[in-house]
Amino acid sequence: MTELSNILYAVILLVSGLSCAGYLVYFFRQRKDVRQIARVLLLTSGILQTLFLLTRYVLVGHTPITSPFETMVFFAWSTTWAFLTFHWRYSLKNFGTIVSLMIFSLLVVSLFASQQVVSLPPKLQSVWLPVHAGISLFSYGFLSLAFCGGVMYLILERALKRKRFGFLFERLPSLDALDQLNSHCITIGFGLLTAGILTGVLWLKQVYGDYWHGGPKEVWSMVIWFALLFQVHQRYSVGWRGRRAALLVVLTFVVILLTLWGITYLSGGAHGHAI
Amino acid sequence: MQSEQILLLGVNHKTTPVEIREKMALSGGYDQYLAALNKVEHVQEHYLLSTCNRVELLVVADTGADVRDLLIRFLFGDEVPLEKADEYLYILEGREAVHHLFTVAGSLDSMVVGESQILGQLKEAYRHAAEQHSTGALLNKMLHKSFTVAKRVRTETGIGSSAVSISYAAVQLAKKIFGDLRQKKVLLIGAGEMAELAAEHLVGNGVKTVSVANRTLARAMRLAERFEGGAISMEELPEHLEETDIIISSTGAEGLIIHKKDVQAVMRKRRNRPLFLIDIAVPRDLDPELNDLDNVYLYDIDDLSSVVEINREGRGREAIKAERIVDEETLKFEHYIETLEVKPTIVELRKRIREIAEGEMTKSRHRLGELTGEQEDALDAMLHAITAKILHHPMEYLKSSRCTGHKKIKERVNTVCEIFGLPEGRAKKQDDETDE
Repeated sequence: MTELSNILYAVILLVSGLSCAGYLVYFFRQRKDVRQIARVLLLTSGILQTLFLLTRYVLVGHTPITSPFETMVFFAWSTTWAFLTFHWRYSLKNFGTIVSLMIFSLLVVSLFASQQVVSLPPKLQSVWLPVHAGISLFSYGFLSLAFCGGVMYLILERALKRKRFGFLFERLPSLDALDQLNSHCITIGFGLLTAGILTGVLWLKQVYGDYWHGGPKEVWSMVIWFALLFQVHQRYSVGWRGRRAALLVVLTFVVILLTLWGITYLSGGAHGHAI
Repeated sequence: MQSEQILLLGVNHKTTPVEIREKMALSGGYDQYLAALNKVEHVQEHYLLSTCNRVELLVVADTGADVRDLLIRFLFGDEVPLEKADEYLYILEGREAVHHLFTVAGSLDSMVVGESQILGQLKEAYRHAAEQHSTGALLNKMLHKSFTVAKRVRTETGIGSSAVSISYAAVQLAKKIFGDLRQKKVLLIGAGEMAELAAEHLVGNGVKTVSVANRTLARAMRLAERFEGGAISMEELPEHLEETDIIISSTGAEGLIIHKKDVQAVMRKRRNRPLFLIDIAVPRDLDPELNDLDNVYLYDIDDLSSVVEINREGRGREAIKAERIVDEETLKFEHYIETLEVKPTIVELRKRIREIAEGEMTKSRHRLGELTGEQEDALDAMLHAITAKILHHPMEYLKSSRCTGHKKIKERVNTVCEIFGLPEGRAKKQDDETDE
């Protein structure tokens, strides 16, 4: 099983890298045939990632979402599938390029983490694990799409304001479409994160007997949650949109990455308090 | 010796503020004005052009007759005092008038140089004039020539493409901001030609609602009709800021029309929906600081041209080329007029020689007795040949004077008249419209 898992991981890296390269060729040369190949490769990568997580599940004996390595791959997987489901509904010019770059980067980052199987304390082995961690990471998947859209929005907005139209300008979708993406992803991301935090809190109660443990991960998750709440609220109540919305989601995502890497790496496990 | 003079009187966006132009704008349509001009003495031919940016009257009048004051009065009506009218008016004569007409037709005198609507407006005006029979040989020729100039300028220079591409750029930017334009609302402030053109492009790309705001509501309504939209007065502007998505402003106002604080105030009510502002007016209508507001994108005409990467230098080069075409055509037309000047003499001369030949023929004919048909033909042919050969050099002499200037032409005409004993006072009007 270890061997199969390793092979799958290598293939995923290769396929995702090729997909990303294909999207870049399309981006620079506008070759539609290459984009078609890149799309198929990305879908393949998504399926392979799913298979990999299954083998990993068998390998570690619980949902593979606890070690930094697993978290990163799971993050890439959720981003891939968030994009694929999103893409199925509506497409955005060159969005695939940015997202495939993002997915590939996440996978490359995972390459530097230890692939060692970390055994989980028995009291944490519960059905709450896949529910809590899965939902939370899926919300991060949608937020990473929002991040990609936010970066594109900021680039385009800047070009429009400064009236300098370079290479990127023609290759970006409309501001409106990017803003809709922001709205869409933030709403879904916020909903999922709320569910993720709630399940986390319930799980915490089950394991430790109280709802709040005060670990850095918990604190930062609440910070992220409030940041998203603020954005969702502002959007739906006073019509916040555009540059501010894009900027905020980009910042929020940076905080997510820091939380995920910083705290996870520093404490060497899923949550500082967990072990 | 010219029997007629070409006169052009007019005002345009450069010389006259919009308030005055609006008073002159011939709201009742062309026909009644043309009919009124038909009755004016000493005016042989006339033609009237009225657009948002100019009102121009082109007449062919008898030489010597001073019709200027009368025409000024006619042009300005009673609304503008005569001494004030002098300030705004330009009066051009002869060559200059022709040159000006061609410049206008070539869209070199337009607010947005190179926009193509002016040709349509020129043709429309000409159609009215022709229907009222107010144009004659000279103006017909002159106007047709102006259409040719317009066509040449458009096909031989890149000047037209800049205007078209500016509205194209506006559409591209609108699409970049809004994505889909179908639900978007456009507001035109001021009824400029360029604004109309841009609005047309936007409508062509899916925009459904176009409203027009103008100082005079009547003009706003007329333009709004074209887009099947509503007309609003300038006072209602603030309310409309809330609903509009794209504003194209092109008024001739001196100061700013929309200030930063006006828009800032409505952005919350708009729920920050983006606002795309296009300022075509010179001087500006829209506060340049508007661009600093979030979700507001302000573009003036220079910004738009930078989008299509037509640099000023390039535009300048094309303009020079276009001016060269106008100069060329003006010169050609001048030659044509000069040909018209020698033409009566040529006609007279030909008539005189023919008369002499035919007179002598009839005198001698009975002495020749019975002739066969063949012989008759031979005689006819001989007469023709003699007249043609006698006429050849004097006619060449007259025609070759074309390029030598007005004075020289007169001299030559006089010489020929003296030698052949032709009457000098010739028919005043030439109705026949043969080409040179």
